[in-house]
Amino acid sequence: MKIIVAIKQVPDRDAQVRIDAAGKWIEETDLQYALNESDAYALEEALQLKEKHGGEVVVVSAGPERVGQTIREALAKGADRGIHIEAEDLGQRDALGVARLLAAAVKPESPDLVLTGLQSEDLGLGQTGVIVAELLGLPHATLILHVEKTDAGLTVKRELEEGWFQTIELPTPAVLTIQSGGNKLRYATLMGIKRAKMKEVRRVTAAELAADGAAVVQLERVSLPQKQKSTQILSGTPKEAAAALVEKLKFEVRVL
Amino acid sequence: MSGVLVVIEDRAGKISRISWEAVAAGQKLATALGLSLSAALIGSQTESLAAETSTKFSGKVIRVEHPLLAHYTADGFTIALHQLIQSESPAYVVFPHTYQVRDYAPALAARLNEVLISDVVAIAEEPAFTRQLLQGRLSGNYRHTGSGPCLVSVQAGAFRADAAAAGSAEVTVFTPTIDAAQIRTKPSEPFRGSSQTVDLGSAQLIVSVGRGIKEAENIPLVQDLATALGAELAASRPICDNGWLPMERQVGSSGQSVAPKLYLAVGISGAIQHLVGMKASQCVVAINKDPDAPIFEIADYGIVGDLFEVVPALTEAIKAAKG
Repeated sequence: MKIIVAIKQVPDRDAQVRIDAAGKWIEETDLQYALNESDAYALEEALQLKEKHGGEVVVVSAGPERVGQTIREALAKGADRGIHIEAEDLGQRDALGVARLLAAAVKPESPDLVLTGLQSEDLGLGQTGVIVAELLGLPHATLILHVEKTDAGLTVKRELEEGWFQTIELPTPAVLTIQSGGNKLRYATLMGIKRAKMKEVRRVTAAELAADGAAVVQLERVSLPQKQKSTQILSGTPKEAAAALVEKLKFEVRVL
Repeated sequence: MSGVLVVIEDRAGKISRISWEAVAAGQKLATALGLSLSAALIGSQTESLAAETSTKFSGKVIRVEHPLLAHYTADGFTIALHQLIQSESPAYVVFPHTYQVRDYAPALAARLNEVLISDVVAIAEEPAFTRQLLQGRLSGNYRHTGSGPCLVSVQAGAFRADAAAAGSAEVTVFTPTIDAAQIRTKPSEPFRGSSQTVDLGSAQLIVSVGRGIKEAENIPLVQDLATALGAELAASRPICDNGWLPMERQVGSSGQSVAPKLYLAVGISGAIQHLVGMKASQCVVAINKDPDAPIFEIADYGIVGDLFEVVPALTEAIKAAKG
């Protein structure tokens, strides 16, 4: 089975965010980046499918130079090779624009399966996988926790709301967006990190993919969220803050 | 192009609450822009749902009916709504931001050469659409610049369901052309996960733990706090994903929704998927090292500090207070 995993590099969740001078995004200098979490689960699912059924796992990611680091991390965990779509202007592209780049890079590979995380931790649009499926003319399923290969194609377990699930049968090739928690994530081994350096990462520019189209949705500006409640911060040493909170729980919330 | 079309979903044979919230959002847009309002119901037998909708809705109710729409499939719904949108040419299409909408609306938008503005929490007049970024640490203002319909999905709880104005709607039927071969996926009936033995929904006091706890070995620290308080222990998704606590203790969009008297969030940053499951709590207390964590936006009381110091101190103080 040939599996392509579309992964995204996102700001580390513990990174300090500061709004940039133009007020359109965050200051990117000195920002720490990491592999988007649900994409890590998509990669894990792909690696486990390969271990069971053989084949190849290819990771694809779009973004500037720094994205190469995240591709190497995926290779260190066991992906066979990478495709880096070099694009400096992802921020100007909408979800359809980014999906066009990914679809154009994926199509000539003719994979049996395309996996990606269900949503990114930075923009949180939760759409890229579904749009890629539409652009490639492939069936898809979202919020998938488990994938099983069958004679006819795939049987997948899909998460619904409030503790419900369903299974879906679909033919291959197909696109699945993976929910976190279906598997236990692996760490890269020292050997894996060494091997990753030898693996192929093909670079292709956005221009070469010739997949441009005008953006139909624009992020105009970003701001700090408005508070919905006025939070009373209890300060002091841990002991003082704890004592102050106990007072509140006793006399105002009345739960003690 | 004219009009605002709201796509309505049912839950167990009733119009879901979030669908009424989408109606309220659609109404807001229609009023601000002077547009007409209509609602679409999709299925194979939508008569009773249409009757329910029409009493609480002023505008046109469109029953999008076909035997192949009896069960939800992304292909069926995308084809049906694509045809409806081409026929009605709405300027705006408003969806509730549910798992089902997330499954097909991005494909529907792409088929129209458009992009869904997903998970919207507010609509300003121009119109500009506000959605959360970076797990709730930033707000983003989006604008539609395409020439086709503008597709928007609204977050649960962002608009008031009771803001939908009552009225009496005209009901029409739209029959899309769908071929069985166009539906490529075969869904099963929904089933419950492992038997739920923990009912967090009725708990009065909840201590909930998030990523800040760092290691499985540290869970007893918050368990002790919960025990001292007489509270149920709950968690955010990553804790359950890692297997540190069972899935049935998860609070959030994919877990349980809770509304206790006290929700004490320990080391939880407050991503939206978590907040939707607990923001109905009467009192929220947050303990977090990051003063900018989104959880503080909805907390009544906050302690900014190292949970590994604050939690043991709090456990001791509660024990002392209880005598």
